[in-house]
Amino acid sequence: MVQAYFKIHSVEKLNDTTYSFVIACPALAKESWCGRFVNIQCGEKTLRRPISISEIDSENGTITIVFEVRGEGTAWLAKQKAGDELNILGPLGNGFFPEKDKPAIFIGGGIGCPPMLGAAQDYGKNAEAILGFRSKEQLILLDKFEQCCQSVSVTTNDGSFGTKGFVTDILKEKLQEKPDCIVYACGPMPMLKGVAAMCAEHDVQCYVSLEQRMGCGIGACLVCACKTHEKDGEHMRHVCKNGPVFDAREVDFNG
Amino acid sequence: MADLRVNIAGVEFKNPVITASGTFGFGQEYARIYDISRLGGISCKGTTLHERPGNPSPRIAETPSGILNSVGLQNPGVDAFIRDDLPFLKKQNTVIIANIAGSQIEDYVETVRRLQDADVDMIELNISCPNVKEGGVSFGTSAKSVENITKQVKAVAKQPLMIKLTPNVTDITETAAAAEAGGADAVSLINTLTGMKIDINTRRPILKNNTGGMSGAAVFPVALRMVWQVANRVKIPVVGMGGITKWQDAVEMLLAGATAVQIGTANFTDAYTPLKVIAGINDYLDEHGEKSVLDIVGKVQVW
Ligand SMILES: Cc1cc2nc3c(=O)[nH]c(=O)nc-3n(C[C@H](O)[C@H](O)[C@H](O)COP(=O)(O)OP(=O)(O)OC[C@H]3O[C@@H](n4cnc5c(N)ncnc54)[C@H](O)[C@@H]3O)c2cc1C
Ligand SMILES: Cc1cc2nc3c(=O)[nH]c(=O)nc-3n(C[C@H](O)[C@H](O)[C@H](O)COP(=O)(O)O)c2cc1C
Ligand code: FES
Repeated sequence: MVQAYFKIHSVEKLNDTTYSFVIACPALAKESWCGRFVNIQCGEKTLRRPISISEIDSENGTITIVFEVRGEGTAWLAKQKAGDELNILGPLGNGFFPEKDKPAIFIGGGIGCPPMLGAAQDYGKNAEAILGFRSKEQLILLDKFEQCCQSVSVTTNDGSFGTKGFVTDILKEKLQEKPDCIVYACGPMPMLKGVAAMCAEHDVQCYVSLEQRMGCGIGACLVCACKTHEKDGEHMRHVCKNGPVFDAREVDFNG
Repeated sequence: MADLRVNIAGVEFKNPVITASGTFGFGQEYARIYDISRLGGISCKGTTLHERPGNPSPRIAETPSGILNSVGLQNPGVDAFIRDDLPFLKKQNTVIIANIAGSQIEDYVETVRRLQDADVDMIELNISCPNVKEGGVSFGTSAKSVENITKQVKAVAKQPLMIKLTPNVTDITETAAAAEAGGADAVSLINTLTGMKIDINTRRPILKNNTGGMSGAAVFPVALRMVWQVANRVKIPVVGMGGITKWQDAVEMLLAGATAVQIGTANFTDAYTPLKVIAGINDYLDEHGEKSVLDIVGKVQVW
């Protein structure tokens, strides 16, 4: 874990509101793996903004982050250019550990797609991905997923691209085809809740990457709580330290 | 190199910079970023008699130059603190302050009693908590209740006792004087100011608890004023905090009369803040020809 200034190597605009930064950060890249995240200082903001590590290039010592402009912090971030330095704390969190001996399905909803890309790349050729977006305009990273996955299905809520509907509509068919698979998912809470419920119904193992508002990002301030039901009872876990990836069966999606 | 050592109620600190309760856990996390033995001290996460799960999330919101938090004192309980967290802290070669909270006087007394033989250097009593027996009014808001809780806890405390004052009062010098009268060895201030933030699109407060404690740069001028007032009222040492983000703020606190400072929210913005503040205080003293940090404590020349 380091906190330091790292240079933005290159910037790419993926759609109207989404940006991809490649960051040169050898010290950070070497401790990174898929599903972990970094906490980035955004101008004068008191709190850093947590952003997932999307891709890792350990040879060149870079990581890629993909973020959507949501408010003032991410708007500041979007104004940064190649060559500028970012104050980054990371890598943080537990991340994904794709089990490579079982068929895997990677599900991303909107800006939940970037963290799944690294996981799918890590898993390798037999990965299957289901990506969901509101409409065609929000589509991101499709080419990258197609490069590393055996198959990629896309759903849009309005039917402007791929299948009209939700990721769970596709997941339902896949789970019938591959009852022995493992599901990894990241996206908005209602989607994760739906995916988790469907996996539970089919008795399929499912890991979800959660979001919560953060302070320290390292487990010291206890603000990013998430309620879990584990074998030994109920716990208040912390998304930054015990997560962001949780066993979906343990997550209390209402707490 | 100026002499940065300060002594508070018989406890020697290698420098006057302490990390504030609730922002620094029990030290383990920040120890992965830098050598925490360089700190003057660590005030641990608020600990209660029994484990507490805390409030539902979201527990944090950003506000202009600050934050609101509603953690709700999530902690493993005093016995787990002694068993699981103290052994690590003890090895860190810095002053360890146990921060204690409760919802009735008996809980505070029992928690501090269990710490009698524990290896903590000092006890900081968080009296901003609601008193369940008094209808949820904070222990820290009336002089009478502050003196009472201080007296009862002091009777069982083996380590020096510091009372942490809440700023949510009409006159903080009254509660500070009450703590002194009750036998406190020091006071620390300020705890958070109660605040609120609403999402105008959902028309819901950001915090699930609706309200939370405000901290960070925005509270600094209020905290400084209160530290100055309290330092002029009581004879016991004052530890100042609230919104310190840089060494200049810490120097202001010392000039206002604080013998040491605590740093909380600024750790989230920049983990190295406490170390930068220590270095900055040292350089300031050298530049101004001061041999010891004590030479500037309370040295503001008021009009
Ligand atoms: C572990 C983790 C990984 C993430 N990965 C990505 C990613 O790869 N790409 C991406 O675009 N976004 C990601 N997010 C969400 C991202 O952190 C928020 O969109 C961002 O913090 C919003 O900041 P803002 O200042 O633009 O918005 P504002 O709404 O103005 O932010 C106000 C405050 O709320 C916090 N906040 C607001 N929304 C969220 C949220 N959804 N999650 C956590 N905190 C929030 C902010 O950090 C800030 O403290 C991730 C969140 C977490 C917790
Ligand atoms: C997330 C968070 C948790 C806190 N928890 C405690 C606590 O358990 N006990 C306590 O006495 N103060 C607690 N505080 C208050 C701080 O110790 C400090 O008094 C306050 O934040 C003002 O200082 P700052 O502006 O430097 O943060 C907490 C503050 C924050 C931000
Ligand atoms: S953000 Fe501080 S514990 Fe998770």
